Amino acid sequence: MGTEENQELNAREEWEKEYQKASLRDSNFETMSGVPVEPVYGDDLFPGQYPYTRGIYPSMYRSRLWTMRMFAGFGTAEDTNLRFKELLRNGGTGLSTAFDMPTLMGRDSDSEWSLGEVGRAGVAVDTLSDMEDLFADIDLSQVSTSMTINGPAATLLAMYVAVAEQTGVEPHQLAGTIQNDILKEYQAQKEYIYPPRPSMRIVTDMVKYTTAEMPKWHPISISGYHIREAGSTAAQELAFTLANGFSYVEAAIAAGQNVNEFGKRLSFFFNSHSDFFEEIGKFRAARRIWARWMKERYGATDEKAMLCRFHTQTAGVSLTAQQPEINIARVGIQALAAALGGTQSLHTDSFDEALALPTEDAARIALRTQQIVAHETGVVNVADPLGGSPYVEWMTDEMERQAEAIFAHLDDLGNGSILEGTFNGIENGYFVGEIADAAYRFEREVNSGRRIIVGVNEFTDGDNPEDRNLLRIGAETEEYQLKRLNDVKTKRNQEHVNSALSEITAVASDPTRNLMPAIIAAVKTYATEEEIANAMEVVFGTYVEKAIV
Amino acid sequence: MGDHQQRVILAKLGLDGHDRGIKVVARILRDAGMEVIYLGLRQTTASIIAAAEEEDADAIGLSMHNAGHLTLGPKMAEALSAAGLDIPLIIGGIVPDEDVEELMNAGIAAVLGPGASAEEVVATVQDAISARDKA
Repeated sequence: MGTEENQELNAREEWEKEYQKASLRDSNFETMSGVPVEPVYGDDLFPGQYPYTRGIYPSMYRSRLWTMRMFAGFGTAEDTNLRFKELLRNGGTGLSTAFDMPTLMGRDSDSEWSLGEVGRAGVAVDTLSDMEDLFADIDLSQVSTSMTINGPAATLLAMYVAVAEQTGVEPHQLAGTIQNDILKEYQAQKEYIYPPRPSMRIVTDMVKYTTAEMPKWHPISISGYHIREAGSTAAQELAFTLANGFSYVEAAIAAGQNVNEFGKRLSFFFNSHSDFFEEIGKFRAARRIWARWMKERYGATDEKAMLCRFHTQTAGVSLTAQQPEINIARVGIQALAAALGGTQSLHTDSFDEALALPTEDAARIALRTQQIVAHETGVVNVADPLGGSPYVEWMTDEMERQAEAIFAHLDDLGNGSILEGTFNGIENGYFVGEIADAAYRFEREVNSGRRIIVGVNEFTDGDNPEDRNLLRIGAETEEYQLKRLNDVKTKRNQEHVNSALSEITAVASDPTRNLMPAIIAAVKTYATEEEIANAMEVVFGTYVEKAIV
Repeated sequence: MGDHQQRVILAKLGLDGHDRGIKVVARILRDAGMEVIYLGLRQTTASIIAAAEEEDADAIGLSMHNAGHLTLGPKMAEALSAAGLDIPLIIGGIVPDEDVEELMNAGIAAVLGPGASAEEVVATVQDAISARDKA
């Protein structure tokens, strides 16, 4: 008894010591009615303490609100540049880039595969010239930028570094994240180019490069978002994502990297869906599991390398095309769950996204929604305000239990290696099968009426399709982008391009060399994204998924 | 119809990788007694036509989530007619209501939007097949 009390006292004292060190926002930290509130309640575990179930920082949102990072990208680089500047003017604090499908797949706008897809679902980037326009008049030493790209991630990172260099900003000043989570591509998002193993080599090269040159950059954002969107359960999202994280850690350790060094720069990306407490339990479990595994299994000793920092996006798949304006309520609830779950940054979906890319008005409402959660609800005053609730603690344990069962399966599949288990699970269809089963189960529940989706299978009055104002990306975007690309190709020095591409192929053939410097050199010659992808493809091959229903 | 099991080809045309919907649709049609041949991701008009001919398909379903439907839908319909195939083409996915008419005019037999129920999916495919059989 006595000892336990001492431990509790010590935990509180330690937390207080850390909390005192933190600089706080200028706020009274009191309720709307003027009642002062404590930074945290409860007395056994505190935020900022291992295993971080209650949050990764001692003062959480009292020091700094989450970053309001709105994902944007459409049309040409100039179109998206305008949207970026609009978001920054409106109080957005980070940029997040959505690329179009050809860019995501390593195809140029003039590829026959790109027909109809140029600039439709994101911004088209073919060469450094597009990247220059995308970030024009934005001081890259002052913003943090997130780029959602995976298969050709190394090329886009290289372009970002090259654009910064043109404006006198050095790699070490650049802050941001590149998604670069190739494993979940085979499991859920399906934007891969090469087979899993060579893809992991590229990822590892990027980890090495950023660890050495870009200390403020997160080289992988290990993403459950797409796994959930593809239909997984909350626990599968949690487990597959963290298992992918373990895989990157195992690959980096095998490549001689120090777990304390690169571990600090890994970050995560989760979905926030509509089952409020399940989501909060998931976020809390994610922090606890990651800290334990990093410490106990992978030998991290630096606490910063044990922290599961994550970005959250509300669930696009939960948005309904019917009565789309009611999606604003869904997004508000999901955003609240993310805040209560302790997210580090948040994208709130726009209400019209089940129909098209968001209009500017819809994107503004989405940003305002999270501003309401941050500034009006008071949830930011107290860290982990739901911690200690029997239901929330049970849910956290339950999420962890289900995730551990999946880790045990993967460990088994890989004979003691999560990385090998994950490769095997990709090859044998385990991940896609589990996700498709969960998606179908959900669909059957909706279809039988046992699960109600407001506006879809119940409460369907009031839908006015004729009132909708949707963002349309016309065919002129594609024509314009093709012209831009053609101009760049005519002006560049073809000899320089060719020799830079040959160098990439040479480096790709030699696993002891790092691909990043060769790719950076190539983007500076205005080699296109597809040319660079092809220069590696001749060595790495391509990946074709077995079609399993 | 009679004892003939309806055979439906499902595919993702182009680069779009969103395959949750099409996989659910595949199972819905299969549960309704149809034979489903899912070609998978990154198909071309040529690969879809080859499969349709080889499998003697009664209908083709394409899933589109990347706003490419106004380009790719008509392109597929033209390719089918150029190959002399009279097989109803159904598009499912994120298709705004206002685009439906343009797609129908381009020879698409039916469009299934977000939130379509299993019954609607099955009925749409069956109706498209019987409309073709009557014609």
